[in-house]
Amino acid sequence: MSSVLYDTPGPKARRRNAITAVVFIAVCAAALWWVLAAMADKGQLDADKWKPFVADGQIWSTYLLPGLGETLKAAALSIVIALPLGALLGIGRLSDHRWVRVPVGAWVEFFRSIPVLMLMIFGSALYVRFTDVSSDVRPLYAVVTGLVLYNASVIAEIVRAGILSLPRGQTDAAKAIGMRKGQTMLYILVPQAVTAMLPALVSQLVVILKDTALGGALLGINDLMAQYRTIPANYGANTIATLVVIAAIFIAVNFLLTSFASWLERKLRASKKSTGAVLHPEDVEELAATPGPAGPAGPVDKA
Amino acid sequence: MFDFLDNPQYDVLGAFWVTVQLTVYSAIGSLIWGTILAGMRVSPVPLMRTFGTGYVNVVRNTPLTLLIIACSLGLGSTLGITMGGDTFEQTGFRLAVLGFIAYTGTFVCEALRSGINTVPQGQAEAARALGLNFFQVLTLIVLPQAFRAVVAPLANVLIALTKNTTVAAAIGVAEAALLMKEMIENEADALFAVFAVFAFGFIVLTLPTGLILGWVAKRVAVKR
Repeated sequence: MSSVLYDTPGPKARRRNAITAVVFIAVCAAALWWVLAAMADKGQLDADKWKPFVADGQIWSTYLLPGLGETLKAAALSIVIALPLGALLGIGRLSDHRWVRVPVGAWVEFFRSIPVLMLMIFGSALYVRFTDVSSDVRPLYAVVTGLVLYNASVIAEIVRAGILSLPRGQTDAAKAIGMRKGQTMLYILVPQAVTAMLPALVSQLVVILKDTALGGALLGINDLMAQYRTIPANYGANTIATLVVIAAIFIAVNFLLTSFASWLERKLRASKKSTGAVLHPEDVEELAATPGPAGPAGPVDKA
Repeated sequence: MFDFLDNPQYDVLGAFWVTVQLTVYSAIGSLIWGTILAGMRVSPVPLMRTFGTGYVNVVRNTPLTLLIIACSLGLGSTLGITMGGDTFEQTGFRLAVLGFIAYTGTFVCEALRSGINTVPQGQAEAARALGLNFFQVLTLIVLPQAFRAVVAPLANVLIALTKNTTVAAAIGVAEAALLMKEMIENEADALFAVFAVFAFGFIVLTLPTGLILGWVAKRVAVKR
C-alpha cells in the first residue's frame, strides 16, 4: 500500500518497520505493566473487585441497566425537544427579515458559547426558584433543559449549514417556476438539506449522550455515570473496575451510533435522490461561517 | 443588583483565572499529544496506525466527565498518583489537565489528519525523490502545511476545550462553574445576575479566540 507519505515498503523498509513495531510494542507493554503493577499493588486487580460484573446479575439489574435507561431517557428527551427547536432557529437565522434574523442569531450564538454544565446548573436553579417540580425529577429536568438550550443552537447551525450547502440554482429554479419563499423552503430546500445533514445530526446524538454524564456527576440524576458512586459503595471500593465497565457501556453505545452515522453517509452518497451533498460535523462551522451563495458542500474527500 | 460581586467570599476573577490556566496548559498538552497521535495514524507501521485509530475511537466515545473522574478517583485517590502536586488542589488541577489532554488530543489528531489530506500527493513524491525519509517528509514538508490549513478547525477545538474545562468542577477544581454553582446556591435572589456574570465571562474568553484565530487562519492559509 502506498500513501502520500511513504512508498510501498521494500525489503529494507519492511525490516525497519518491523523493528519500529517491536520497539513500539515494548514501550506499550512497559506502560501497561507499570499500570497493572500499580493496580495490583493497591489490590485493584483482586478477583472480588471485578467478579460482581460477571458473576452477579444484580449489579446489572439494580444499577447499570436502570442507569443506562435513565441516560438514554435524558438523551432521547433532549433530542426530541432540541430537534424541532433547532430546525426553527436554523431557518429563522436564514430569514429575509432583519427583525427575525438578528434576535435568532443572537440567541443561537449566546447559547452556543456558554458551557452546557452552566446551563444545567442554571436550569436546576430556575426550577427550584420558580416552579414546584418535585426534587426527584428536578435533576432530569435540569439536565434536559441544559442539553436542549445548548444543542438546539448547535442543531440550528447544522440546519443552516445544510441549507446553505445546496446549490444556489435550486432556489433560483424554484423562483422561476413562481414558488413563494415559504414553499421554496418547505418543498425544495429543507427536504434536501435534511438528507445532507443526517450524518452530522447523528454525530450530535453522541455528543448529547456523552453530555448526560455531567448530570450524573454533578446534578444528581441517577444515570449510568452516577453508578460510579453507588457500585463501589455496595461492592467494596472497586472504583476502577466500575469506571472501566461504565466507560465500556458508553463506548459501545456511542460506537453503534457512530457506525450508524457513517453507514447513513455511505447510503446517502450512493442514493440518487439527493444532491449528493453530505455534511460532516466539522464542515458545519466552515459552511456556516461563509455567508452568501455557497457551492455544493464539496466534501473534502478523505479517500 | 450585582452587589454580590463585592462579597470577598467570591473570587470571580480568581475562578476565571483557574479556567484560563486549565485551558492554556491543556491546549499546549493536547497540541503535542494530538500531533503525536496524528503521526501514528499516518505512519507506515501498521501496528502504530491500529493503536492510533483505536485510541481515537475509544477516547472520543467516552464522556469527558468520566475521563476526568477516572483521573481523579482512579489515578489520584486509588493509585496514589499525585503528578508532583504538593496539595490536594494542585493534584486535582494537574490530574484534570491530564484528562483534558487525553480527550482533546483526539480532536486535534482528527483535525490534523484532515489537514494532512489537503497536501497534494506530488509534494510528498517530490520530497521522497529528494531522498527524505518518512519522518523528514512528515515534519519538514507535510505537517507545516497541514498546520496552516487547520488553524480554523483547531480554533473550534480550542473554544470547545475552554467550555469543557467546566467539567473539572466534577472533581472539585475551583474554576468558574464550581464557583457559579456555589454562588447560585447562596444567592438565590440574584440568580439571573449570577448567570449573566458567568455567561459574560465565557463569551469574553471564547469570542476573541474565534475572531483572532479566524483572522490568522485567513492569513496563513496556503492558497491552492
